[in-house]
Amino acid sequence: MNFFVKWFHRLGSPPWFYRVSGKLIPWFTLACVALMAYGLYGGLVLAPADYQQGDSFRIIYIHVPAAILSMFVYVVMAVAGAISLIWRMKMADIVLISSAPIGAIFTAIALATGSLWGKPMWGTWWTWDERLTSELLLLFLYLGIIALHNAVEDRQSAGRAVAVLSLVGVVNIPIIHYSVVWWNTLHQGATIMRLDGPAIDESMRWPLFAMIGAFYLYYFIVLMIRARGEILNRESRSRWVRELAGGA
Amino acid sequence: MAEFLHMGGYAFYVWTSFGLTALLLIGLLVWASMGHKRELSRISRRLRREKGSV
Repeated sequence: MNFFVKWFHRLGSPPWFYRVSGKLIPWFTLACVALMAYGLYGGLVLAPADYQQGDSFRIIYIHVPAAILSMFVYVVMAVAGAISLIWRMKMADIVLISSAPIGAIFTAIALATGSLWGKPMWGTWWTWDERLTSELLLLFLYLGIIALHNAVEDRQSAGRAVAVLSLVGVVNIPIIHYSVVWWNTLHQGATIMRLDGPAIDESMRWPLFAMIGAFYLYYFIVLMIRARGEILNRESRSRWVRELAGGA
Repeated sequence: MAEFLHMGGYAFYVWTSFGLTALLLIGLLVWASMGHKRELSRISRRLRREKGSV
């Protein structure tokens, strides 16, 4: 418990975050590139064409990771929002607002690639079913959070406002996730997260897992870079930043 | 190779998906890095100015 409290305190310290993230980014990048290289090669070249969908199924290698991350990033933001409201932790505010554009991009990719897959497979670019509509709502939540943060002049009030909005919007996440179960949507059900095991052959599964891993790493890399910029912006008058900028 | 690019007739949908994704992910990464570098140079410029005025 003591260890956890200590770690939590450190994580809340911008200079510590700045220093450690600077060391982590190169390693994360290396791992991300390696996973993505294997995932792309395995998904585009090694995996056989699907017996029903032909080669169009290969779009899942970016659609599924993007969709998973679009929800994961939002959950991270909601947790950061709760931490920010309860403990007034500076780093939580920074993580929340730094994540928003990344989540928006993942959501846009999930929607666009879903559309590009839907056209040849379903015969339509778009349909207002529950899965697609709730994912579109997620995109608007991200854009709303970014706009709200830009609109409020005072930084503390802006932080509090987006923390509340991200917490309120989190009800949408289980709706997206369970939409394919609760409603009879056009979107197919779960393939990987099933009680009876993944319903996808190994030759197709491992490249997909690699791509999901690569997308998680990509999120953490860009989050760290964005947070570092945000930390410098907020702490520009502090001693350690002056030393950093003056010495470098 | 030509067969690979053809994607069993789904070339447009597959390559548009991958191309668009690459564009967005690389663009976001570059934008984030530029933001961080901009902050650093802004602060060192200010520090130089403050030193000069003393």
